[in-house]
Amino acid sequence: MSDSLIKQHAEMRATTSPLLQTQGVTKDYPGVRALDGVDFDLRAGEVHVLFGENGAGKSTLISILAGANQPSAGQILFKGEPVSLASVHDARTYGISAVFQEFSLIPQMTVEENLFLGAEHSRAGLLDRARIRREAQEILDELGFALRPEQRVDHLTRAEQQMVEIAKAFRSELQVLILDEPTASLTNHETDHLFQLIGELTKRGVGIIYITHRMAEIHRIGDRITVLRDGRYIDTVDAREATEDDLVKLMTGRVVGAVFPVLDLSEPGDVVLDVQNVTTRDALVADASMNVRAGEIVGMAGLVGSGKSELMQACFGAGPIGAGTVTLNGRDITGHTPRRNIRDGFLYLPADRRSEGLMMMRSVRENVALASLDIAPFSRGVFLDRAGERKAVGDLAARLNLSPPLIERAVDHFSGGNQQKAMLARSLTRRYDLIVFDEPTVGVDVGTRASIYEFIVGLARGGVAIVLISSDLPEILHLTTRAYVFYRGRVQAELKADQLTEENVLAHFFEREAA
Amino acid sequence: MADNSAPAAGGLAIFTKRLFVKLGILPFLLVIAIIVFTLMSDNFLTPRNLMNVLRQSVYLMIVALGQMMALLTGGFDLSVGTILALSSVVGAMVMAAVFAAAPDMVWLAIMLGSLAGIAAGILIGVVNGAGVAFFNVSPFMMSLGMASVGFGIALYLTGGVPVYGMPQAFGDIFGFGSLFGIPAPVFVAAMLVAALFVFLYRTPQGRYFYAVGGNLKAASLSGINTRATLFFTYVLSAFFAAVAGMLLTARLDTGEANIGASMPLESIAACVIAGVSLRGGVGRLENVVLGALFIGLIQNGMNLARIESYLQTVVLGALLILAVIADQIRLRYVASLKD
Repeated sequence: MSDSLIKQHAEMRATTSPLLQTQGVTKDYPGVRALDGVDFDLRAGEVHVLFGENGAGKSTLISILAGANQPSAGQILFKGEPVSLASVHDARTYGISAVFQEFSLIPQMTVEENLFLGAEHSRAGLLDRARIRREAQEILDELGFALRPEQRVDHLTRAEQQMVEIAKAFRSELQVLILDEPTASLTNHETDHLFQLIGELTKRGVGIIYITHRMAEIHRIGDRITVLRDGRYIDTVDAREATEDDLVKLMTGRVVGAVFPVLDLSEPGDVVLDVQNVTTRDALVADASMNVRAGEIVGMAGLVGSGKSELMQACFGAGPIGAGTVTLNGRDITGHTPRRNIRDGFLYLPADRRSEGLMMMRSVRENVALASLDIAPFSRGVFLDRAGERKAVGDLAARLNLSPPLIERAVDHFSGGNQQKAMLARSLTRRYDLIVFDEPTVGVDVGTRASIYEFIVGLARGGVAIVLISSDLPEILHLTTRAYVFYRGRVQAELKADQLTEENVLAHFFEREAA
Repeated sequence: MADNSAPAAGGLAIFTKRLFVKLGILPFLLVIAIIVFTLMSDNFLTPRNLMNVLRQSVYLMIVALGQMMALLTGGFDLSVGTILALSSVVGAMVMAAVFAAAPDMVWLAIMLGSLAGIAAGILIGVVNGAGVAFFNVSPFMMSLGMASVGFGIALYLTGGVPVYGMPQAFGDIFGFGSLFGIPAPVFVAAMLVAALFVFLYRTPQGRYFYAVGGNLKAASLSGINTRATLFFTYVLSAFFAAVAGMLLTARLDTGEANIGASMPLESIAACVIAGVSLRGGVGRLENVVLGALFIGLIQNGMNLARIESYLQTVVLGALLILAVIADQIRLRYVASLKD
């Protein structure tokens, strides 16, 4: 370890300015400031970890550095010189390559075609297939990936596709490599191999920006850690000295207390939802059991893709159940459609409001009323009651502080937080016994977040059983009375109120998979 | 919006821009068309000619109602022309057969014939709907395939020869009849428009068509039966096309397998010019009615101005593309004006 430190210091002296640096980089989206004046620097030969909650701005920052996104303000310096990275291609010419979580592979093409997409070797205007095959094989061999260049990408497993994605970054001369949670779908063996490779790259002076949630990985390969929160730069610390507690404190900040309402819920009532040994047909959830009582808020914690959303979607009827039973208020509802469940008092509000929750080009009024058009005050007999609808939605908009309070305006023209309110308002258009909130505060500013929390606790006070699915640790800790932690499709632990601590949840969240 | 600072001229530009964003391109095209054709022909802007335009456009208008349903849910119906032809052929054959068997029962022949024609058309819609809703076939492929199937059946049934032998009364009433000076087909169209208006804007199911086109996944998670809604969309589209087919049969007095070939294009044009989004979820019925009238107006004006029919086809295609481009520009303006 001391060897690498000495080497690193030598290199730092050799190049006076950092390899890659941002100064006051800001990124605005309509209604949301994703990055706010972030200063960040990457030295040659280091692994620099970006750390922060979902929505803290990590993904936005790396997409700007990779040329996939342009900053609204601020500048980027490469070896001390200001550069403009107008496209991914631009960034590549500086030797900056990124491996994103969403794959940029074309599934119908082969591994080699994907590796050289956009930079095909040619001879006399025709593809030089022999050379492409040879170099693809070289890259794969160098990386130690057991793949054949002529395999079609859609026939590969997710982990193998991840390998192709990583291999793609090695096509050209590398200076900076950006990795966004690269180990999420790799086995331990493949992960070891990747880390070995990262070690070799840093020896060659390549700078690596690494995003991960896993503490074990940070300690194993990280040199420095930069923490982002709500789009702002918080601090940069030495990876060897930082403890887990330090990082979580930096990541969540100490203002959390003010954002969350007091959990003054009375004793929970009868069991509303009872899930017994449910396995989904796509096997993303295996043998999961849980229950929710009236008037309690039950948390579902775990990483994205750990099965916590998939389980609730399956219960709601939005995904097929392979085995097990789901009971609502003592009646078997296994395999019922969302339509039937809504009428029986069970609502699921999805995480991705743009693609699954809202009709973006329609008005707030129509979006709020959508799930309850069959009952009063939204309809009378077979006809819609348009006056009743306007009044009911207007009242809800006022109650949730929709801003601006224009219910005829298209949802698309509201900020993220207000769009979220329009979707949450659906839960008040009927009498529900059970409401599932899936990531209710993604892409929502702090002020709106506080009012959403108050809203959820208010529902629970009224006796509604609540399930809160969240990848955001503070939400689980401060807003739930009980929590299930998911890991790779299974319920890893059930934590009662007195066991709900950062340590306990994190233990099931991060550490088990490092072993 | 830098042009805010510009005085009077800038104000007018902003006003025009806002009007364009709010209403779409149709009002502008309508004004331009009326001015141009009035200048080109003295006979254009007369009550008699305008009634002519109305009478000639009802067939397209009725088809466009169905096409609008398909577009609203994010699909197309390219088989509307075939449905028109098939219902015409089947309706005429059944009507002629019943009339030949029982020459006294004129009304029975008309009723059975019309029902048979509409049922034949709806059958195409049922297949379209089943393919789109239950087998996830893209509406484009499904309706394109059925267009070929239906056209083939219509030609096979008739051998390519027009079907004669319908009772005289059918054409006299539904083709050429009129009440208080208003032609019978216009009454039928008005009734269908009124019924569809109530259905779309006064019942929950009407709202669901917009929801399915607006966001299929959100609609499903909100408890809407999206498959049934999609299925019903194509059945309705076929129903409207089949009614138009029977009305046109009455007007022509024969059952024809080769009518309606231009209907898919014209009906989509009527909807798109009226601001129905090709992405689904957006569009108003009253605008579609205007859109169909506009196309009728253009065709009528070009006839009066003695523009060759081949060139008319060119104009129509160009207008369709212009409308789509205008829709794109409008979306960009919407983004810049949303403040």
